[in-house]
Amino acid sequence: MKQLLKNKNSRTNMITYLVVIVAYLIMQTLNSMDMLGSSVRGYLVPLCVYISLAVSLNLLVGICGELSLGHAGFMGIGAFSGIVIASLLKGTVQSDTLRLIAAMIAGGAMAGVMGFLIGIPVLRLRGDYLAIVTLAFGEIMKNIVGNTYVGVDDTGFHFAISPTKMRLGEGGKYFINGPLGATGVEKLANFTMGFLLVMVTLFVVLNLINSKEGRAIRAVRDNRIAAESVGINVTAFRMKAFVVSAFLAGMAGALFGLNYSAITATKFNFNTSINILVFVVLGGMGNILGSVISATVLYILPEAMRGLEDFRMILYAVVLILVMLFTWSPKFKEATAVFTGKIKGIFRPGKEAGNNE
Amino acid sequence: MQVLQYLINGISIGAVYAIIALGYTMVYGIAKMLNFAHGDVIMVGAYISFCVTNYLGLPAIVSVIAAMGVCTILGIIIEKLAYKPLRGTSSLAVLITAIGVSYFLQNAAQLIWSSSPKNFTSIVTMDPIALFDGRLIITGEVLVTVLISALVMVGLTLFTGKTKTGKAMRAVSEDRDAAQLMGINVNQTISTTFAIGSALAAIAGVLLCSTVPTLMPTTGSMPGIRAFTAAVLGGIGSIPGAMLGGILLGIIETLSKAYLSTQFSDAIVFSVLIIILLVKPAGLLGKQVQEKV
Repeated sequence: MKQLLKNKNSRTNMITYLVVIVAYLIMQTLNSMDMLGSSVRGYLVPLCVYISLAVSLNLLVGICGELSLGHAGFMGIGAFSGIVIASLLKGTVQSDTLRLIAAMIAGGAMAGVMGFLIGIPVLRLRGDYLAIVTLAFGEIMKNIVGNTYVGVDDTGFHFAISPTKMRLGEGGKYFINGPLGATGVEKLANFTMGFLLVMVTLFVVLNLINSKEGRAIRAVRDNRIAAESVGINVTAFRMKAFVVSAFLAGMAGALFGLNYSAITATKFNFNTSINILVFVVLGGMGNILGSVISATVLYILPEAMRGLEDFRMILYAVVLILVMLFTWSPKFKEATAVFTGKIKGIFRPGKEAGNNE
Repeated sequence: MQVLQYLINGISIGAVYAIIALGYTMVYGIAKMLNFAHGDVIMVGAYISFCVTNYLGLPAIVSVIAAMGVCTILGIIIEKLAYKPLRGTSSLAVLITAIGVSYFLQNAAQLIWSSSPKNFTSIVTMDPIALFDGRLIITGEVLVTVLISALVMVGLTLFTGKTKTGKAMRAVSEDRDAAQLMGINVNQTISTTFAIGSALAAIAGVLLCSTVPTLMPTTGSMPGIRAFTAAVLGGIGSIPGAMLGGILLGIIETLSKAYLSTQFSDAIVFSVLIIILLVKPAGLLGKQVQEKV
């Protein structure tokens, strides 16, 4: 243990796990003492989902250095596959928790397979072109999921992508009804599962980052040509990161889908992808704990400002712009450096501000 | 005949995409940033035009000029306040700021004009032309849209090719540092680019809402994404590429809606983009940059 704590990486990882566990315990205690309002309780599961999404996207954007604008597409694939699996297993598997886990794994697997298929063409591109293609794939996935019909009747399982081809017999039940989405979904998700999802996501991502693969992936990000020249298979490692990220997003999506009684594909649009990207960038690219914190703060911020009604989103936009300017602008950075230097100078007289060398 | 009708409609919507795509492509070429707020400038332009004609009762042409004026100023202000301080930092940071600006514009529009859709009256008062005994109908909107976009295209080509400012813009997009050494005021050139792009967005907004007459705070976002796709399709940074990409995208969209599937038109349009990018990774008319080791 001591050895573990000496290593800076494992120390930060431990802190990350600890923060999440402590936050979970606090919320759970408050919940059991009935101190949370019903609205706050409603935010807990989506919050866990968004944290997982932010962490998994950070693997792609921060660690791998690929700008992806279609993360919500994987989330959508996961959500709808999860709903179908959970509904199919209803008769056979009694335990709700087991069904939820099966649905999440199925959602993740489906999204992972999609990630692999998409990755083959996408990873041939770079930079802004990669971004636009992931955007395009996100829209395609949303479009296809939004026009899929899945149902079951006495004769068995039915699947179609057009309403005319979908003929359910007497007493048949739709799981996904095209643009109307999934309705009458059982609410299987709960906060503990959400917490476990965050922990699994963190475990996978943090271990991947600090493994041999993770170092290779970061080498590819920092200098692709140099990485290639020392024998790193660039495409294979980018693909690995892409598929893992898609898998985790699919799992989160399944949990998200099973948290609402009705959900449509329009939820998983470009705006959702962008929101997740905002969490990642504001939290700091490559900083996993940063993603967790910024997803939490940015998810709660608009909800907490609900009292302001129409002004809420405009304030959110202003806060977003200002935070970006303050954290990234070179001029502002200089100003803060001078400022902190002056403060330090007060405590250490004799040394001029910003002149510590 | 039916095909021709669809083709004409496709060119008309494609011409609107093309004008929007010009704004994206010019800003990308010069500032190397994806300006996701561009789609919302379109919406603002349409609202200004709507207000001038409906509340002030002024003629359509005045409303278009007013919209262009307001959008130009808006574009310059956005650039000065939100993008300029971040110049030279990570392009992702600027991208997120642009998204913040986009949220801001959408929600400000919602505050000012409410989220209920407004019924935009077309600025074109021309009667539709019926050809071949009414089997082929060309509406005034189609004619005006195609005409204006052709004019914009020619004007812009002349501007970037002949004028001093235009040449400065090309120089900055080619190599910013070298342009600065040649005595070009880079900041001013970037401001000018934003001004022109935003003025074009205003025109596009009015034309878009003349064709599809519902005006909402989110009106600009989907055409914005489409036009961005068009810009990439044609090769981002290239002005003729944006025109070509826009018109191609419009035609593909209309034809696939008519003959293949209405529900899957989005999927088809974006699939075409992906296929083209796989064959030509820098778009149709984009320059392939060689990697130096």
